[in-house]
Amino acid sequence: MRAMLIVLFIFLAAGSDFSAEAQQVSSMNPKISLDGLFAVGASTVPDIENIETGGHDPNQRGITVQNVELTMSAAVDPYFTGNANIVYQIDKQGESTVELEEAYLTSTSLPWNLQLKGGQFFNQFGRLNATHPHAWDFIDQPLVNGRFLGPDGLRGPGLQLSYLLPLPIYSEAIIAVQNGSGGTGFSFRNTPGEELFGRTVVDRPVKSLADMVIVPRLLGSVDLTDTQTVVLGGSGAFGANGSRTDTQTAIYGADLYYKWKPLTAESGWPFVGWQSEVIMRRYQAGSTAGPTPLQQETLRDRGGYTQVLWGFTRPWVTGVRLDYVAGSGGDPAADPLRERRFRVSPDITFYPSEFSKWRLQYNYDDIQSRDKPVHSVFLQWEFMVGEHGAHKF
Amino acid sequence: MKKILIAGILWSLFFSSFAEAKLNIVTTTPDFASVAKEIGGDRVEAASLAKGVQDPHFVDAKPSFIRLLNQADILIEGGADLEVGWLPPLLESARNGKIQTGNPGRIVVSRGIRLSGVPTGPIDRSQGDVHPLGNPHFMLDPENGKIIGEEVASTLCRLDAGSCEFYRKNQTVFNQRLDQKISDWLQRMAPYRGTRVITYHESWPYFAERFGLNVVGHVEPKPGIPPSPVHLESLIDLITREKVKVLIMEPYFGDQATKFLAQKTGIQVLVFYPSVAPEAGINNYFDIFERNITRLTETLKTADKK
Repeated sequence: MRAMLIVLFIFLAAGSDFSAEAQQVSSMNPKISLDGLFAVGASTVPDIENIETGGHDPNQRGITVQNVELTMSAAVDPYFTGNANIVYQIDKQGESTVELEEAYLTSTSLPWNLQLKGGQFFNQFGRLNATHPHAWDFIDQPLVNGRFLGPDGLRGPGLQLSYLLPLPIYSEAIIAVQNGSGGTGFSFRNTPGEELFGRTVVDRPVKSLADMVIVPRLLGSVDLTDTQTVVLGGSGAFGANGSRTDTQTAIYGADLYYKWKPLTAESGWPFVGWQSEVIMRRYQAGSTAGPTPLQQETLRDRGGYTQVLWGFTRPWVTGVRLDYVAGSGGDPAADPLRERRFRVSPDITFYPSEFSKWRLQYNYDDIQSRDKPVHSVFLQWEFMVGEHGAHKF
Repeated sequence: MKKILIAGILWSLFFSSFAEAKLNIVTTTPDFASVAKEIGGDRVEAASLAKGVQDPHFVDAKPSFIRLLNQADILIEGGADLEVGWLPPLLESARNGKIQTGNPGRIVVSRGIRLSGVPTGPIDRSQGDVHPLGNPHFMLDPENGKIIGEEVASTLCRLDAGSCEFYRKNQTVFNQRLDQKISDWLQRMAPYRGTRVITYHESWPYFAERFGLNVVGHVEPKPGIPPSPVHLESLIDLITREKVKVLIMEPYFGDQATKFLAQKTGIQVLVFYPSVAPEAGINNYFDIFERNITRLTETLKTADKK
């Protein structure tokens, strides 16, 4: 922005016809934006970090720095665009962390309607996984995302190829291959030494493509009318997991999004958006020795969320989300990451402009292992400076 | 998976072999599509992504638009940040090299136009949604319609040289018709030169400049920022002091503030259509001015009698 202003001034001083030229010069710099997302909250339980499953969710009573994100994007050359998101967080102990969340290139003009993406990126499993916390409609992540795709989402170094099908309606087929290791390969090879489902994650280096995660997705969309649009999708994620050296994970998901917005909407209001995802996971867990030996078994988990957002009058949006997760196989009730849980979360958001927001959310959380339902309240606020690319539908 | 891909590729071959020879033009707003039809005649297909009654700054990047952009030979956009909130993600998904920036199929109309309202001092977002490149509502000066026409004609000639003569002939006819209309509109507006008006958003400076209106205020205190009670009070003072008779707003703004102003001051509120909107009887680029000027002159005539 500052560089752009300097350029503007130079052209002003030169007294030239600068409008078009400044446009060209300014676009040589990448778009750079910084987004800060914070929350203050309280809960009837002291261990908020154990009930909030997302890596960017509020993690303590008091104030949480959820996500401070530096974003850069630009055209690389006539063939590719480049994007990067670098995330800063301050954890519960006050330690700062910096993480390369995403950095990837995307092709713009491959033949045959193909598009290639390569680098470190969130894969497009379902609707929410590939979006960033500041674009979410609630303060925390749905339980299915945190539990099945991982606290920080399913992402990693990888390659993705997608194909726009030449059909009368929009339809796209996507396939990605990713490493599936570390915390962002949660249900897959994860981090060796971590405890998961009562077992220690083993070191399982890639020997073949089968050890990586393959993520296919098919999605389509139709405009029911000029004011109503539906997007439907189905996803899968298949790969090796770190339970033993020969165990596999399969995750299946289906998602639906519906939006209504009148043509004469003022700055985007009013609108109604309905989003739902159901996800199922089959995790092959290996046998273990030790004080409490576990046998080889298949852990089956399922769940979903459905949420409705209503922008009733500018600049207010209110919504409610229902979350449900449950498991079978093994002993789900004994594992905080598999026990049955039902959550209701109403929220209301005030947008002073497109670049800031204030959000209040209440969670009613019915958790199998806890005697009483858990009540939590959070207030979130966000600011965005700089030039941030528009979001996808 | 493989089967799906193969089936998809076969489909695409099937469709491409029956593709029509007509050039397929996609525009962001329907005023550009109307001009493109005037120049391209029956040798082009022209369709707009946004509707004329929609705020061009706030269009949803619907997936169906990706398909339309994927099929386009030519994309006409206003530029100058008019579509910045929705066009870039669509283009990233469209996988169509023909319409990527810098290629012959991409027309950014604002590049050929001297924009008004280019900031001359430092700007930041505390001033609201300021446009660093200048005001993007330039198509509301009908003289700029000729510049749009020229951009379309030269692009069509480059991509379809065989029909160049046809396009140039259409362009001449379009320009002649537009010149006639402009002189008619100017004549009808002549008695009202210097009339003081208030507009809701800063979207009518080109129209005002061409037809001699004097815009003395806006309902929005800053571009894109809804009016506060304090600002409305100051507008009531302004309307009374300057004897402002007309308030111009687009169909996509709420009428709460304007009804309040009308009730307090008696100012006439006129809904002006900023683009082609068949639902409002505006079927082409000419109709935008015809309809808005008719409403304005009728209103001012009655107001004079009072």
